[in-house]
Amino acid sequence: MIELDDITIGHGRDILLRGVSCRIEAGKATALLGRNGAGKSTLLRVMSGMAKPIAGRVSVDGRDISAMRPRELARAVSLVTTERVRTPNLCCRDVVAFGRAPYTNWVGRMSDDDYAIVEQSLALVGMSAYARRTMDTMSDGECQRIMIARALAQDTRVIMLDEPTSFLDLPNRYELVSLLASTAHERGKAVLFSTHELDIALSLCDTVMLIDNPSLLCLPTREMLAEPRLARVFDTRGFDMGAYLRAFAERRRRW
Amino acid sequence: MSATAHHDMTHGGRRGAVAFAVLGVLLVVLLAVDLLTGDSDLSPRAVIAALSERDGGTGLASSIIAIRSTRAAVAVIVGAALAAGGLQMQTVFRNPLADPYLLGISSGASLGAALMMLGLPLLGARLPSTALSLGIAGAAWIGAAVVLLAVGAVSRWVRDILGVLIIGVMFGYVASAVIQVLQYLSSAESLKQFSLWSMGAIGNVTAPKAAVMAAVVIAGLLLSVICIKPLNLLLLGEDYARSMGLDVRRSRLLIFTSVTLLAGTVTAFCGPVGFIGLAVPHVARMIFANADHRVLLPGSILVGMDMMLVCDILAKNLVLPLNSITALMGIPVIIWVVFKNLRIV
Repeated sequence: MIELDDITIGHGRDILLRGVSCRIEAGKATALLGRNGAGKSTLLRVMSGMAKPIAGRVSVDGRDISAMRPRELARAVSLVTTERVRTPNLCCRDVVAFGRAPYTNWVGRMSDDDYAIVEQSLALVGMSAYARRTMDTMSDGECQRIMIARALAQDTRVIMLDEPTSFLDLPNRYELVSLLASTAHERGKAVLFSTHELDIALSLCDTVMLIDNPSLLCLPTREMLAEPRLARVFDTRGFDMGAYLRAFAERRRRW
Repeated sequence: MSATAHHDMTHGGRRGAVAFAVLGVLLVVLLAVDLLTGDSDLSPRAVIAALSERDGGTGLASSIIAIRSTRAAVAVIVGAALAAGGLQMQTVFRNPLADPYLLGISSGASLGAALMMLGLPLLGARLPSTALSLGIAGAAWIGAAVVLLAVGAVSRWVRDILGVLIIGVMFGYVASAVIQVLQYLSSAESLKQFSLWSMGAIGNVTAPKAAVMAAVVIAGLLLSVICIKPLNLLLLGEDYARSMGLDVRRSRLLIFTSVTLLAGTVTAFCGPVGFIGLAVPHVARMIFANADHRVLLPGSILVGMDMMLVCDILAKNLVLPLNSITALMGIPVIIWVVFKNLRIV
């Protein structure tokens, strides 16, 4: 599905990841973990074609994304950023309809199929009732769901989200990640999102990518829980991360 | 499901259709008022009488009508151009206080005009008045285009739109500085001429010049129509627009070219007419309650035409500079926008 091949990223001389390779499968929800400043957003920008890596290549279904035209890339990968869109007078349904942009003509004319996909996407995130609300009148969680519906309407095989759980309270975080996981499982998409919520990532995701600068670890969640490097990356003085993760793995086994 | 979508469209469409109809009728009424009134003591009845004479082309009345209709046409062109330019800039920069002159287009045009009006006399050159007035328009247009090319060239290397904005504003300051030097060195007579130009005037545009204006502005408007989908996607910001398949740099260049054709042309012929480009898109947003540029662009153009005609009617009947009228009309709108935004944040 989506593949990193010998990727090096960083800011100028400051290398964050050096020569990493990994592969994300369709039908799986993958969490991208790492400390603040480890390069989660940069990696997502590189993987979604928003930024270029220092070296290496990213490919989707075997095709190098740097060789794709913008429209082609937009049919392969969709992205939900941390940016909060609060445009007045802009109604939710129109935002979701923008997701059809890679498929519509120069003026953005929508077919009946396009409209149906928009309604379906709204329904999938549970926001059909909000279709006519404007973006400046909604809560953070609701806006986030609309942006995700937009990514679903874009109908790409890969969906990437940069910290979709920030600004959300615990029930909303949980629901959102469950939604992402079921999207991956039921619709066969590769869903990749960065997050700081260790517990939610480790309990709901199939795969975990861990940035341990300058290397990148990509393992099924069960194996990641047993990986000493996970505890080491998030180790904090006064908090036994190893014990926490062992207890977490134990609880997960009993479920 | 698609039934609700279509229901929404007819709902939104009904409000839009009513607004378009009202604004269209208003346009006709304002055009009539603009033709019937003016600073010459010709009664509206005499105008109507002259208009109903088929062969009348020599009388005083018909020549006044010819002048007035050119003036009304110029007002309509200016209103459409500045409104479309302002809307595009507000969307590209995602800033409610952006206007068509943001990238230094008016400063560039003013510099061109100043070089003709202030620079030439300093060099001792004297041009015949028709050559001078064409030269001013040409130089102003070249000034605007040079600023756009410079900003466009730099913006290819600047990823962030805020960087483009800063560069545009800096170019504007450089142009203003040069203008100040020219003003400092100039005679009182050329200074007055330049300051009159900078107050904005649409009465000095002759019919052939108006035709040139119309042609260039129509080209700019066509370009803005091509930019409707990019503008819509840019409502979500450049990153999102790019992720939905938009070639952001190319779209930026198209939009800036459109704005230069629109605002550069207006400034070249009428001086830097202020506040219309800033205020009109907000009035259109309020009337149409829609962020979609398929509605907002034609809506803004129509509101711009109406508003500019009102400004012209007031300016010529009160015998005041155009910019003082557009400021008095536009500033309340801007204050309203600021208050509305403060309430949201």
